[in-house]
Amino acid sequence: MSFTDFFSRHANEILQATLEHVWLVGATMALAIAIGVPLGVLVARRPWLSRPILGSANVAETIPSLALLGFLLPVPWLGERADRLAITALTLYALLPIIRNTAAGIAGVDPAVREAARGMGMTQRQILFHVELPLSLSTVLAGVRVATVLTIGIATIAAAVGAGGLGEFIFRGLAMVNNQLILAGAIPAAALALAADFLLSVLERRLRPAR
Amino acid sequence: MSVVASAAPETIIEFRNVGYRLPGGNILLHGLSFTVSRGETLVLLGRSGAGKTTALKLINRLTEPSSGQVLIEGRSTLDWDPIALRRHIGYVIQETGLFPHYTVEQNVSLVPRLEGWPAERVRSRARELLALVGLDPGEFLQRYPHELSGGQRQRVGVARALAAGPPILLMDEPFGALDPLTRMEIRREFVALQERLGKTIVIVTHDTSEALLLGTRIALFETGALKGIYSPREFLLSSEPVASAYVSQLHALEEFERGK
Repeated sequence: MSFTDFFSRHANEILQATLEHVWLVGATMALAIAIGVPLGVLVARRPWLSRPILGSANVAETIPSLALLGFLLPVPWLGERADRLAITALTLYALLPIIRNTAAGIAGVDPAVREAARGMGMTQRQILFHVELPLSLSTVLAGVRVATVLTIGIATIAAAVGAGGLGEFIFRGLAMVNNQLILAGAIPAAALALAADFLLSVLERRLRPAR
Repeated sequence: MSVVASAAPETIIEFRNVGYRLPGGNILLHGLSFTVSRGETLVLLGRSGAGKTTALKLINRLTEPSSGQVLIEGRSTLDWDPIALRRHIGYVIQETGLFPHYTVEQNVSLVPRLEGWPAERVRSRARELLALVGLDPGEFLQRYPHELSGGQRQRVGVARALAAGPPILLMDEPFGALDPLTRMEIRREFVALQERLGKTIVIVTHDTSEALLLGTRIALFETGALKGIYSPREFLLSSEPVASAYVSQLHALEEFERGK
């Protein structure tokens, strides 16, 4: 059976798995942004917090993904559902680039602009939302892009705990020593990663402040 | 009709034995005492590092005094709500600090919007301000700062500082980054503007001719202390060594211009 035949015969299954994959990655990124951006702001605002926060995110990054899933399995609420477990683990991986880029973006705002904002009587909150975050948006987004591409790749591991996604094909293919099955998972995952990278880089360029 | 009642001019800003030291212990200012009256333009003149900018930032509480106190309209800056204090005082800095992601209109109308002015009034105020600083509103309102020349940016910076009609204006080397011709032009316009608006202005410069042109009085700073306060005329005639050093530099320039 040729490869294209295989693909067209299993088109529905592949589409299904791709959608699951997109859901896993989408939920992960939403969570990682919701947690990572505030942490990045904190790192930029309180330098003494930068070591503990960036340090922990760094440590999370170094844990092998299969092992991380294993560690999280016995955690009460998390271990109950496979997707919950997978999204938590993936979020831990996605945090570092987002935290780091948010902090770098805010640190990179022209000091004259910040000083003018303070001198005009803007509150810390107004400076953050009207000046610092808008001006660091493209840098934050660059972090989101790196994290997204990373997550699309690592999310294939989610199948190991039964959370679905394109990893299903890869694991099945490995077990059955079937290259076509492996490719049926790997090719859409690679395509997703490239597409996400492209779309986010376009967005990033459009949001870059003019100077 | 009593003419006698025109008593002493009202004091708006007062420094009372103010000192400022960095957390590391370095003393940037010490024993600073002076007053600024309503409607006057006080120039803080001195070398880089003499403490002029620090003194300026003490007025709008971007920094707080380590000793002594700074009184604005009779109240210590520490007793003011810092946000209310800063909205009460316009602030212009050398690099202008215009928001690069805002149009000229958004930049200029920022403080009125923060103050909750109605939209219609904010819009007409922005047009009025641009006209005031000599920029055509139709042409410039929708531009971004990077689409302006240095002189135009500086004008927008002044317009933004004036937006909510603050009675006090602080300017930190506002014309420092401009080329000499633009600089000359904007200074002259500024003098005319000041005559019309009658704001109380404190302006930092290291340029003697700028100090003489803009100031009703000149406060001379040297290594963190005030050497003296002079009218432009007194300054030119002063025998105080630092002051006469500035003046002789000015004379040397004039002689060079006349040709030996």
